[in-house]
Amino acid sequence: MSENVAHPAAFGDAAAIASSVAAGERTASAVVDEHLARIDEHEDAVHAFNTLMADEARAAAAAVDERIAAGETPGRLAGVPVALKDNMCTRGVATTCSSKILEGWKPPYTATVIDRLVAEGAIPVGKTNLDEFAMGSSTENSAFGATKNPYDLDKVPGGSSGGSAAAVAAGFAPVSLGSDTGGSIRQPASLCGVVGVKPTYGAVSRYGLIAFASSLDQIGPFTTSVADAALMYEVIAGDDPMDSTAAPQPALPVSSKLGAGVDGLRVGIITEMAGDVIEGISADVLARLRAAADALAAAGATVDEVSVPSTVYGLPAYYMVAPAEASSNLARFDGVRYGLRADGTNTAAMNTASRTAGFGAEVKRRIMLGTYALSAGYRDAFYGKAQQIRTRITEDFDRAYESFDVLLSPASPSTAFALGDKTADPLTMYLNDVCTIPSNLSGHPAMSVPFGVGDDGLPIGVQVLAPMMGEVVMFQVAAALEQAMASDAASVGGA
Amino acid sequence: MYYTVDRGPDVHEPSIPDDWELVVGLEVHVELSTKTKLFCGCANAFGSEPNTNICPTCLGLPGSLPVMNAAAIESAMRLGRALNCTVSPGVMARKNYTYPDMPKDFQTSQYDKPTNHDGWLDTADGVRINIERAHIEEDTGKSTHVGGDGRISSAQYSLIDYNRAGVPLLEIVSCPDIRTAEEAKAYVSELRGIVLALGVSDAKMEEGSMRVDANVSVRPRGSDELRTRCEIKNINSISSVGRAIQHEAKRHIDLYDSGERPIQETRHWDEEAGRTRPGRSKENEEDYRYFPEPDLTPLVPTEAELAAIDASIPVLPGAQRTALAEAAGIETVDASLIVERGDAGFALDAIAAGADGGRVVVHLNNNLADGVGKLTPESFAALINMETGGDLSSTQTKEVLAEMVETGGAAADIASAKGFEAMDTGELDDMIDELIANNADQWARFCGDDEGDAKKMAGFFTGQIMKATKGQADGKVVAQILNSRKNG
Repeated sequence: MSENVAHPAAFGDAAAIASSVAAGERTASAVVDEHLARIDEHEDAVHAFNTLMADEARAAAAAVDERIAAGETPGRLAGVPVALKDNMCTRGVATTCSSKILEGWKPPYTATVIDRLVAEGAIPVGKTNLDEFAMGSSTENSAFGATKNPYDLDKVPGGSSGGSAAAVAAGFAPVSLGSDTGGSIRQPASLCGVVGVKPTYGAVSRYGLIAFASSLDQIGPFTTSVADAALMYEVIAGDDPMDSTAAPQPALPVSSKLGAGVDGLRVGIITEMAGDVIEGISADVLARLRAAADALAAAGATVDEVSVPSTVYGLPAYYMVAPAEASSNLARFDGVRYGLRADGTNTAAMNTASRTAGFGAEVKRRIMLGTYALSAGYRDAFYGKAQQIRTRITEDFDRAYESFDVLLSPASPSTAFALGDKTADPLTMYLNDVCTIPSNLSGHPAMSVPFGVGDDGLPIGVQVLAPMMGEVVMFQVAAALEQAMASDAASVGGA
Repeated sequence: MYYTVDRGPDVHEPSIPDDWELVVGLEVHVELSTKTKLFCGCANAFGSEPNTNICPTCLGLPGSLPVMNAAAIESAMRLGRALNCTVSPGVMARKNYTYPDMPKDFQTSQYDKPTNHDGWLDTADGVRINIERAHIEEDTGKSTHVGGDGRISSAQYSLIDYNRAGVPLLEIVSCPDIRTAEEAKAYVSELRGIVLALGVSDAKMEEGSMRVDANVSVRPRGSDELRTRCEIKNINSISSVGRAIQHEAKRHIDLYDSGERPIQETRHWDEEAGRTRPGRSKENEEDYRYFPEPDLTPLVPTEAELAAIDASIPVLPGAQRTALAEAAGIETVDASLIVERGDAGFALDAIAAGADGGRVVVHLNNNLADGVGKLTPESFAALINMETGGDLSSTQTKEVLAEMVETGGAAADIASAKGFEAMDTGELDDMIDELIANNADQWARFCGDDEGDAKKMAGFFTGQIMKATKGQADGKVVAQILNSRKNG
């Protein structure tokens, strides 16, 4: 087995760091320095970051320490280093989406979620690598090179939020933020053995998140524990006047039932993702899904299978809707106002030259796909039909939730695969998101919880899915799975 | 450039042969005069320094999101109701195309679910024009192409001002119901009047806050076919609306007459040359790839909101004309000018205060074109009563009126300060009889058959009386007395 540099929560998880910093047992500056030293040691091998914010982080940590010294309340994330996916705007700090097209651009404003983290004393330490514009499942589609899986440096971390997942798995930061459009938090969380949450669509503000597919994108945390994920959720969620699609309600109290157990809860295993209906899910992944179901049953839950039939159409529907929105969202990268500008003899030629030089192959493929899906004469058959499927998937999920409190499925069809393994065939790569995409189409929340390892010894996550704004019960079940794993010898990277 | 070149009515316009008929539909863009832009908190202001009213959202920066301006929706729905439209829950949509002054490279507009649809408007001449839709959309920035012929294709470089980007617009699309250039002007004029009455826009064509594009085609009179149309842009005044349509229609007729046919294209009106010119040629019909804007939620007005909107709609120009015509005893079309100037309420109040309706209309039309100033309906009524009561001549009335507008003083005070004493008609009779007696030759010529000479003598007698009365006599009364002596 090749090199393993994983060390989740190398200096404690977020809750432990925040409480010790607030109590004056250690300084935020010391915490940041420890993490920066670890980054310094292993970043060349992992390549989790596009931009390291070492100076900014030290200054922010010093400010937190001053606030504590002055007797101020330092916040729920005092001194907690946080890594940020590089598609979230940070004022004055390069924000690239791992694309050459944004070369040299520094946003004049900061994303709402980052403002909220910082307001609670969190310390941004860097901007993490991703598949260009969040399009991909391996973080290999980055203009700045691939990120490696800390558990096996020859393997991918998943994607598109591979840098954020790897940063947490490698102990570069106890927590990070990713974005999930078709599984871009949950799939890398599964592959990197960390907790990854895609909240209900609208639960978390998207203001400052550079859009891939606006109706599907949602920001969420990567953490080493369910409790940390709940804490992060409570900090970043809640209404935002800057985002019209944000739900007009405060963050749900997801920490409230973490210890409540699952006695009497109804858990449904999604039939289509538990065996032969959706092909290509590996046996060891299915085994861990069954083990998770058994663990919940042992803890008092009622477990059964439930069919969510239209989920099998999720992948094709997604590859109409997401590229359609992307083709429109990415039109603004035209060389006129910011980022890369290539020479052209007139404006149109300059637009074309800039996009040709600035966008990678996968981005171009999806822009073309989406433009086609929206074209006159094809829109009804492609985009229109996909929207109908989307409605069906939502209805199917809602029907399932009439009988079940939460649903279970794999988060990823396999453990981490080798770098370069799936880059030749886009369709093979797209299949990585087959279990996660339906939740984006329906808007329901879902999260991946580490639940052991596969035949290759690499992490496997189980996906917990919940109804709209059903995060409280989702976290409750995730906490129960985490607890069941705590005594399981198969746990990887644990204490 | 948005400056109007008003050539006035003396310019020769081509006439449309009787056997041809125009088929015209108008797309009118009205900039809503909200305090802030459609999707952000930036000021919606005309004439600021370039690129000073901008933020991440109206610059379309990556990661920015739109938030709908509730005041803009309210204005849109008010105008929709005033245009007799069905107001429905609107859905914003993305209209995808590329232009450097459009920051997101798509325009957030409305497509299959506009806020307002299926309405109508009656022009001052009583012609009903149906309205297909009135939808909300955002404006673009403004490009200035430097070098070449001023178009982007030949420019050396372009300057872009994004202050206007994201300003709320309402696009009002008429059905192709307009049959003459005059009707088109009347439609635009009426629409402008309604917009001004509602106060939703300043609707200044010269500043671009109201912009008119005309879809023009022609057909043999009596036919119901729809022939190839051209879209005419760059029309900068209401009079240009008529000219541009008339010239374009004539161009189509000339083409058909010579065995050719127009091609569907966008053309630009050249005010100086008095002709339309081909715009940027589009080889392919633009495919805007519309889809619902995922960053915004549908705009669903509540019943209470709709009721409040209905209650907020003032008396509109059509109803103002009817009311004024009725009160003043004139034809509705003759009330147009006063209504257009926004003085209908003032006129009605003056009439209600006891003034003669006919004189109110005459003075407002002829002597108050620059506004009523410090005049109040009551002081105006008092003046008119002095005039109709014979206390002031029409010349004196005009003079007193001008001062009232300026100072806000009372008619009686100003008249007395000017020494405008009421002339006793009996006193005037005596003066005229004495004048006739002393000028027998002139009187004979006044009564003679030479009309020209008689007119000259009328001037002589009137002049003498005016001189003797220091201008206080009423010219009309003098003429009446002279004629009664001649005929009697």
